[in-house]
Amino acid sequence: MAEIRNYTLNFGPQHPAAHGVLRLVLELDGEVIQRADPHIGLLHRATEKLAEHKTFLQSVPYMDRLDYVSMMCNEHAYVMAIEKLLGIEIPERAKYIRTMFDEVTRILNHELWLGAHALDIGAMTVFLYCFREREDLMDAYEAVSGARMHAAYYRPGGVYRDLPDRMPQYQASKWKNEKDVRSLNTNRQGSLLDFLEDFTERFPKYVDDYETLLTDNRIWKQRTVGIGVVSAERALALGFTGAMLRGSGVEWDLRKKQPYAVYERMDFDVPVGRNGDCYDRYLVRMEEFRQSNRIVKQCIDWLRKNPGPVMVDDHKIAPPTRAEMKFGMEQLIHHFKLVTEGMHVPEGEVYAAIEAPKGEFGVYLISDGANKPYRLKLRAPGFAHLSALDEMARGHRIADAVAIIGTQDIVFGEVDR
Amino acid sequence: MTPRLQKLHDDLTAAGFRPHERLGEITIEVQGGEYLAAATQLRDQLGFEQLSDLCGVDYAAYGDRPREGARFAAVVHLLSVRRNVRLRLRAFCPDDEFPVLASLVELWPSANWYEREAFDFFGIVLDGHQDLRRILTDYGFVGHPFRKDFPLSGYVEMRYDPEQKRVVYQPVTIDPREVTPRIVREPNYAEELERKRG
Repeated sequence: MAEIRNYTLNFGPQHPAAHGVLRLVLELDGEVIQRADPHIGLLHRATEKLAEHKTFLQSVPYMDRLDYVSMMCNEHAYVMAIEKLLGIEIPERAKYIRTMFDEVTRILNHELWLGAHALDIGAMTVFLYCFREREDLMDAYEAVSGARMHAAYYRPGGVYRDLPDRMPQYQASKWKNEKDVRSLNTNRQGSLLDFLEDFTERFPKYVDDYETLLTDNRIWKQRTVGIGVVSAERALALGFTGAMLRGSGVEWDLRKKQPYAVYERMDFDVPVGRNGDCYDRYLVRMEEFRQSNRIVKQCIDWLRKNPGPVMVDDHKIAPPTRAEMKFGMEQLIHHFKLVTEGMHVPEGEVYAAIEAPKGEFGVYLISDGANKPYRLKLRAPGFAHLSALDEMARGHRIADAVAIIGTQDIVFGEVDR
Repeated sequence: MTPRLQKLHDDLTAAGFRPHERLGEITIEVQGGEYLAAATQLRDQLGFEQLSDLCGVDYAAYGDRPREGARFAAVVHLLSVRRNVRLRLRAFCPDDEFPVLASLVELWPSANWYEREAFDFFGIVLDGHQDLRRILTDYGFVGHPFRKDFPLSGYVEMRYDPEQKRVVYQPVTIDPREVTPRIVREPNYAEELERKRG
């Protein structure tokens, strides 16, 4: 009989299924994983230390670059922490805009997760479908903030500006003729809200398409059912949050349990899994697509009917408008102080957590009364999930490790910070 | 305080802690020696099933004023899903030169990587942790980068050396610079200003 030797296998950091820069050292017995040791930190940028040397506002764009597929959710947790310390209440309209864009972000994130997860397991088509829909939502990001990904749209005190009345249009070029451009621009004739409403009308059909490709697919089920099973008690002890925790059957969603923004006024359901395997987590996230879509619709309805300010009227926190600044000395001074020195946040400490698409994204902020944070700690959901990879992958085969990395929805921007 | 928070506050007081509440969050502070016992009590008697976050804090430059008390602390954020409350537990390391605390890995496995991170960034040694390696910094990194006396630009930089045909480390060639200075206002800055103005 042939002798079977134990192997130590280096997986990544350039492996496409490593979702970025994961270096995974696998100790194998044949093809069975005995121990998985993730080496992280290849994308470490010391965001928390950088934030200690920047004013509160200057750190907002850093938040986008943490979990770089759910940009606005990271900003949300950060600005919520500052607002909580400042003790300010933001305008209603800003809360609705934040809720809407949090859910748009959740759809964006889950699209990437689904595409990448399916691609890892061998389904090519889903990836292409998902990126088609991501394109529409990125356009919404661009319309509102000017950037397709790194928006820096949420600011302490509200959001940077109100929703635009018109969408950017495609222009004819030597690659796109007039007729193509006309059809591309058909759903861009109205405001951003019209554009998003059109998307929410189309979206449930798209989710059905994904489900047709995967949910009852024999290969998909063989690769995900019974893989990476985590019990409810274990999931809690391992620090799981979000879909990872709900997949194990724990009904815990910060949007319901500790509501922020306007989630207590939203009508939506929280899907919960039963077996705690990769397939259940897949089903949970697929249902979250539909629920997010519902929330976006409700926000659109409200935002249409209720115009109003989107930023607090306190020039110690938010700068005055350009027009005011041109004519008022006091406004000019406020603006000058805000951009040169920044706001001062009262001494204290606060932990603000939101239900980011991947789980609980928390910001622990200590301020000593200066114009910069004294200490900023970012609690990234992916960090806790990846630390449990060893336990989840043990006893599975190499190919299952790929499925488990996929189901954890790992993004290295937030794991390495 | 909401009734739920009040209940937790009462339970903590009954269990012998001295909780204080601010901004709807409850904090308890313990000395390094009592840390593990307190954490065990919180998990087993007060129902905190999950450790959401653990981080080190260096209080060396807090408020730009002379420091009273210990320099390093570990701050733990606990979550009870059953009671739907959060709790912050802060433990100060008794020795500033060699900060040591007990490890919580036995209580909550999620503490594993967080403690490695606290060790990596602050040099807090977690006694009882089985695998206390560096986690986020480079292999062979020297120092603890999140301490307040560690410069933002660091000490070494790396580049590819075409002659030696490998990556080399060398002292940093950039100077630390500060674009916006850090300013801590006196406690009653605005009132003082009013008074001076008359």
